Amino acid sequence: MATHTHKKRKVEPIQYQMAADLPAPVQGPTAKEKKYDRQLRLWGATGQTALENSHVLLINSGSGAVGVETLKNLILPGIGDFTIQESTVVTEEHLGVNFFLEEEDVGRYRAERTCALLNELNPDVRGHAITEPIETFLSSPDALKPYTLILVTAPIRPEHLSKIAAHAASALVPLFYIHSVGYYSHFSLQLPPVYPIVDTHPSPESTTDLRLLRPWPELLQFAEAQTQGLESMAADDHGHIPYIAIILHFLEVWKKEHDGQAPRNYKEKSAFRDMVSAAARRDTPEGGEENFDEAVAAVLKSLNPPEPSSAVKELFKEPECKDVKRESASFWIIANAVAHFYAKHGVIPVPGSVPDMKARSADYIELQNIYKMKARNDVAKVLQSVRDLEQSLQRETKIEEKDVEAFCKNAAHIRLVRGRPIHVVQAGQTIQWGDRAKALAQSVTFEDSLLPLHIAFLAYDSFTSSHGNDGFAWSTDPKSDNQEMSVIANKILDDLIQEAGITVEEEEDSSVKRTLGFHVHELCRAGGGELINIASLTAGLVSQEAIKVITEQYIPVDNTCLFDGVRSKTEVVRV
Amino acid sequence: MESTQETRAKWKYLDTILSRRGPFTDPEWTPGAPQIDILSTAKILGAGGLGCELLKNLALSGFKDIHVIDMDTIDVSNLNRQFLFRQADVGKYKAEVAARFVEKRVKGVKITPYCGKIQDKDEEYYMQFAMVICGLDSIEARRWINATLVGMVDENNPDSMKPLVDGGTEGFKGHARVVIPTMTSCIECQLDMHAPRAAVPLCTLATIPRQPQHCIEWAHLIAWEEERKDITLDNDDPEHITWLYQKALKRAEEFNIPGVTYSMTQGVVKNIIPAIASTNAIIAASCCNEAFKLLTNSNPFLGFPGTGNYMMYTGDESVYTYTFEHLQRSDCPVCSQENLARPLQVDPTITLQEFLDGLAERPESQLKKPSIRTEEKSLYYQFPPDLEKQTRPNLTKKLLEIVSDGEEVAITDPAFPLQFKYKMIFK
Repeated sequence: MATHTHKKRKVEPIQYQMAADLPAPVQGPTAKEKKYDRQLRLWGATGQTALENSHVLLINSGSGAVGVETLKNLILPGIGDFTIQESTVVTEEHLGVNFFLEEEDVGRYRAERTCALLNELNPDVRGHAITEPIETFLSSPDALKPYTLILVTAPIRPEHLSKIAAHAASALVPLFYIHSVGYYSHFSLQLPPVYPIVDTHPSPESTTDLRLLRPWPELLQFAEAQTQGLESMAADDHGHIPYIAIILHFLEVWKKEHDGQAPRNYKEKSAFRDMVSAAARRDTPEGGEENFDEAVAAVLKSLNPPEPSSAVKELFKEPECKDVKRESASFWIIANAVAHFYAKHGVIPVPGSVPDMKARSADYIELQNIYKMKARNDVAKVLQSVRDLEQSLQRETKIEEKDVEAFCKNAAHIRLVRGRPIHVVQAGQTIQWGDRAKALAQSVTFEDSLLPLHIAFLAYDSFTSSHGNDGFAWSTDPKSDNQEMSVIANKILDDLIQEAGITVEEEEDSSVKRTLGFHVHELCRAGGGELINIASLTAGLVSQEAIKVITEQYIPVDNTCLFDGVRSKTEVVRV
Repeated sequence: MESTQETRAKWKYLDTILSRRGPFTDPEWTPGAPQIDILSTAKILGAGGLGCELLKNLALSGFKDIHVIDMDTIDVSNLNRQFLFRQADVGKYKAEVAARFVEKRVKGVKITPYCGKIQDKDEEYYMQFAMVICGLDSIEARRWINATLVGMVDENNPDSMKPLVDGGTEGFKGHARVVIPTMTSCIECQLDMHAPRAAVPLCTLATIPRQPQHCIEWAHLIAWEEERKDITLDNDDPEHITWLYQKALKRAEEFNIPGVTYSMTQGVVKNIIPAIASTNAIIAASCCNEAFKLLTNSNPFLGFPGTGNYMMYTGDESVYTYTFEHLQRSDCPVCSQENLARPLQVDPTITLQEFLDGLAERPESQLKKPSIRTEEKSLYYQFPPDLEKQTRPNLTKKLLEIVSDGEEVAITDPAFPLQFKYKMIFK
């Protein structure tokens, strides 16, 4: 095309997950693919299958909105089954905050009624209700066995929460413990002690790993062929050299002038960038060349030695990675093989993707294939180590090749979350913060920290558990609740600081206690009730996290999330 | 009407909060009856794709008189998040179905649907509301409602100030913001935060495709025009999408490009943005929370001048929000009192046509059908036909032939009820 009026057209930079998961449909999408189209573009067919195989249990209580709204957000995208357990009978005030109740439902079991109305949302999902009281429900030894994820809303008796948390820990089932009180909310996610995520969906910009400082022969040959006779090259050819070849070419030139060394620091990289920029031709109709512009823009970020992130290096040092056993999870066998690859080559496997760049079609495809081939060779080496390990450990089932491939492709972005048990507050007992005490005690005084809100919620639990069996003992005068809860909250704070063994200046201490007092006051103001907007927002957050842990994609909250609806802010803390 | 006493029992939780002072409520604030009365008298308008969540939240926030505008009909792909719709509702108007559903479920609320565009309504219509909450899916519609509400402000009539709460989502990300017309930064001030997507040059599509998306765009923009010119492309017609998919697939095979799928074809052609129930719930609830606080004053709200007015949300890596104050721009063509011309860097050697095409993509303008004049002369007008014909020859002239460095130009676009003033700064 001769004209340079670059009429442009939007092209979606979305990662099309489905492409990898599904064969190209000839007859167009199925009914299910049509219904779930907007989410399949995020978590793909494998994520969807994981959702469809899940069974979510909600142990509901209180005014009841946040749990039911969470289920709504899980039923719509299509979990397999859900069950609501609670023996609550619907009262009139429940109607004001629950969309999934009708006026006629007053006096009937809330579990049954919310379940029935939720069931209308998606014919592919099966809902169940259990109206048995929690004491007897939990007393049956296999009560929690069918569920792959558990949601618990506060208030709940601490002995019940302990029992559920213990089951979740031993059965390796994710557990959410949720508060939605007035303008504030909180949830903690208890994950298994080892929770690795391979498919973290990093942003496309952060996944480019071109290895320009560690090129291999095929890549160097490509660059050489592309830049042969650079100065006398015809204008159209010159303007279509892929920028990767441009950078590699000038790196060779630079190295000749610098004792074989590539640019090492910012100053040298800037000088190198000027060198590339100076080679662009200015006598074009646009006054420059797009491919050279791309090369110049890529210099600073692509001339770094291919070091894996500290998170990945930490992963290699984990005891489960170093010491693999016959019964180790596949993840650790592959991690061990990749760590071995890193020890041997000083780099992790090449991911193999190439960003789009100005280039002729055939040249770009050739370049893409060079990277793909390299990635395949790296996978083959890792796979060999995996097979060797399998044999030496006498493992019965072989790890699938596609799992090794996925690990290698995402190696730089793999995450390991070390799940921790949630805090179960027993009235009168001191809360133990363990190895987190010091870090938390230091950050509690930070301005704008929401950690005081977490402490206020712990005080809230202590308060509700000491006021009768159903947890509802709100006085008509909020002042007395407020005073009582404030005393508890201040003690929790003092205990934290004491456990951490640090000293907090008196001024800071009174400032945190003032904030704590405000949070307690705002919590008491609600008289134990929910506001639909806060419940609904929190349910959005919880359902999002539930989807992440069910699909084993994206990075979940580690491990406590607070929402302040007064200032419209969230904060995630590890407690 | 039912009597107030009969209906308040179910609002126990709401009334408890509205009847008690909190640590952050204004000392002048009166708890109780006045706030509860506001809820039952204020008229609220909700619009756009977050509609289901908005209506549910507003109804259960105690609002009694809610209006809803939506031009869309229900599509099967809405069912994964728009929870008031069922398979049997596909094809019906969203506003109508949603309004009837919520009225039936929450007794005592009146919901008035309008199935059409927000642009169909005039100032008199918008004047009846206490505030407008929208989750519109286009930046154009957002700018229109913003300009309209800011334009309605009459200093002598405090009632003419209509707060605008705006929310939007894309996959796991979203935002909620509050505009208090003329008092805070408005959507036009914040336009550069919603930069249009990077685009691919047509010549890449035509001659050197490299990505599967390039092959799809070629089928969409070039092959269709060449081979099926007489048929209007319908993005919702499976036969049309299948044709484009097969064309794109064939072209991709010619160039050895892997990865063209039916789903990707649909995504590119319809410019599909992923959308999920959880993000919708978060953003709609945040909007309603701000609206509720704003009207009842039961806690500080976003948009109070000098505090935050914008909440950015990201949910793919843990949970992250960034709440901040976006400052009003003194050169905002919509809300600035000074109405200064916004400086615009231009290459003086490009033609007027190229400049006008560029306005669609520049984050600070995003105008698709611009007409332009200087203080002295008309440079190009899209309408009426006579003036278009008369000014057309200017399109091929270079900027330096028709404007001078530093000169102010006024640009209008039929999508917006105002003119944009720019100062042309030569590069």
